[in-house]
Amino acid sequence: MSVDIATVKRVARLARIAVDEADAERMTGELNAILGFVEQLNEVDVSGVEPMTSVTPMEMKKRQDAVTDGGKAADIVANAPATEENFFLVPKVVE
Amino acid sequence: MSDLTKFTIAEAREKLRAKEFSSLELTDAYLAAIDAANPSLNAYVAVTHDKAREMAGASDKRLAAGEGGALEGIPLGIKDLFATEGVHTQAGSHILDGFKPRYESTVTSNLWADGAVMLGKLNMDEFAMGSSNETSYYGPVTNPWRAKDDNKALVPGGSSGGSAAAVAGWLCAAATATDTGGSIRQPAALTGTVGVKPTYGRCSRWGIVAFASSLDQAGPIARDVRDAAIMMKSMASVDPKDTTSVEREVPDYEAALGQSVKGLKIGIPQEYRIDGMPDEIEKLWQRGIDWMKDAGAEIVDISLPHTKYALPAYYIVAPAEASSNLARYDGVRYGLRVPGKDIIDMYEKSRAAGFGREVKRRVMIGTYVLSAGYYDAYYLKAQKVRALIKKDFEDVFADGIDAILTPATPSAAFGIADQDMSADPVKMYLNDIFTVTVNMAGLPGIAVPAGLDAKGLPLGLQLIGRPFDEEMLFRTGHVIEQAAGRFQPDKWW
Repeated sequence: MSVDIATVKRVARLARIAVDEADAERMTGELNAILGFVEQLNEVDVSGVEPMTSVTPMEMKKRQDAVTDGGKAADIVANAPATEENFFLVPKVVE
Repeated sequence: MSDLTKFTIAEAREKLRAKEFSSLELTDAYLAAIDAANPSLNAYVAVTHDKAREMAGASDKRLAAGEGGALEGIPLGIKDLFATEGVHTQAGSHILDGFKPRYESTVTSNLWADGAVMLGKLNMDEFAMGSSNETSYYGPVTNPWRAKDDNKALVPGGSSGGSAAAVAGWLCAAATATDTGGSIRQPAALTGTVGVKPTYGRCSRWGIVAFASSLDQAGPIARDVRDAAIMMKSMASVDPKDTTSVEREVPDYEAALGQSVKGLKIGIPQEYRIDGMPDEIEKLWQRGIDWMKDAGAEIVDISLPHTKYALPAYYIVAPAEASSNLARYDGVRYGLRVPGKDIIDMYEKSRAAGFGREVKRRVMIGTYVLSAGYYDAYYLKAQKVRALIKKDFEDVFADGIDAILTPATPSAAFGIADQDMSADPVKMYLNDIFTVTVNMAGLPGIAVPAGLDAKGLPLGLQLIGRPFDEEMLFRTGHVIEQAAGRFQPDKWW
């Protein structure tokens, strides 16, 4: 499978990465090189193979359903580019 | 004083306890070495002079009182991927500009609890995506090694290039690193150092900037096998904050060194004899086989039939997980924000400005293979192939193989800005051809220096073990080290 420039622009939109015409053109070539490389997986017969879902065979650890942490609003917003009274500030979303 | 930096951890630990010098003296020697070398090597992206001296002073007090942990007073470098409270943590990326976490990663917490001293944060490929340290926003790291009679700057490998260069160049006693497809073992091989990628689940991933969560593992890069074992003991732990951390006591890895390998079965996988493999790598591998045989191990030819498919499957699984993990960099919660006409525009501009080319490439591949209509063809297929790769290993271990010996890399260190590699991303990816299978199967692997090529550059061998049998790697790796000797660059910087 290979991608065209329109697909690359659509994927960039999904990935929330702004691309201009030149970027999109360059990326089309790069992505096709990688997709061409992974194409060899088609040689492998995977019929009846269960996909790997966990690296180590173990039951997922669960913690008690209780509040164990919190009250750190100031720490959480400390690294944000724009905040006000422990809220993250973003451009207007709703008119 | 500067030769204090030449001691291994094992040596420095004895001398600190014997009061031959203080941790502050040792730390100052390292800080002076870093300040002198960093303009040439670019191994550190942040040097924490004050914090280092403060930690060393506290260690000296504990040592004076006859107390102290396993790494008391030992100065370490920390890969920029580990969250360090109040200290530069940017994963080599522009998008994390100014990020100083309010928490400490579990691995670094373990090291500080054992008395280690932090010298600073080490350069790396952006978000650990690269095999040459050239994708770092902070510029490439220069390998302390140079070819004979040649001043050309070489890469230290990646993504833990800063860690490997700092250890090889005596700019820290040892370093933390991480390995998603070979990022500990490949740079270790290219710098004549020892690198360990532990079993998935052995070291906590909590507080490590995530790249591909089902593949990422932290491990040490050190000057020799013993130091790597000392580091591993402190870095590994059972952590309730990481759901994939495995409930299993951390053994005394150092005790595995010196144990006989007589009668052990060492597997030699035929599939690692790849087309176009340089003669030097072939010879190095044969030397390793001979060393193991001389030490009494039994050499067994084995087959890992799906080896060839590990790298292509990796280039689906890793970018897919990365595209998801890196969705959090949105210009809202931390790091870089570029203003836009609305929120989507702000996201898109921030991510376009903040991510470098390789990271964008991988996020795009990941987004594509996970997008509607392609999931089954790519991601699901890759996870099935991954199950087959893992089964290949399970089968040979079930047949009684104790460890597998392979080359660590297909070549020695190459030049910075290598034309071939920059023209074709897949060429760069092939650097990980011998290491990536281990991540796909979640196994432990060690890279040990085994010789020099015709140009005088270091080459490494890799040993792969059963899950949670890192002790076997230290035991067999020590045999290689004893036979090969240790390798150090000529200081030019």
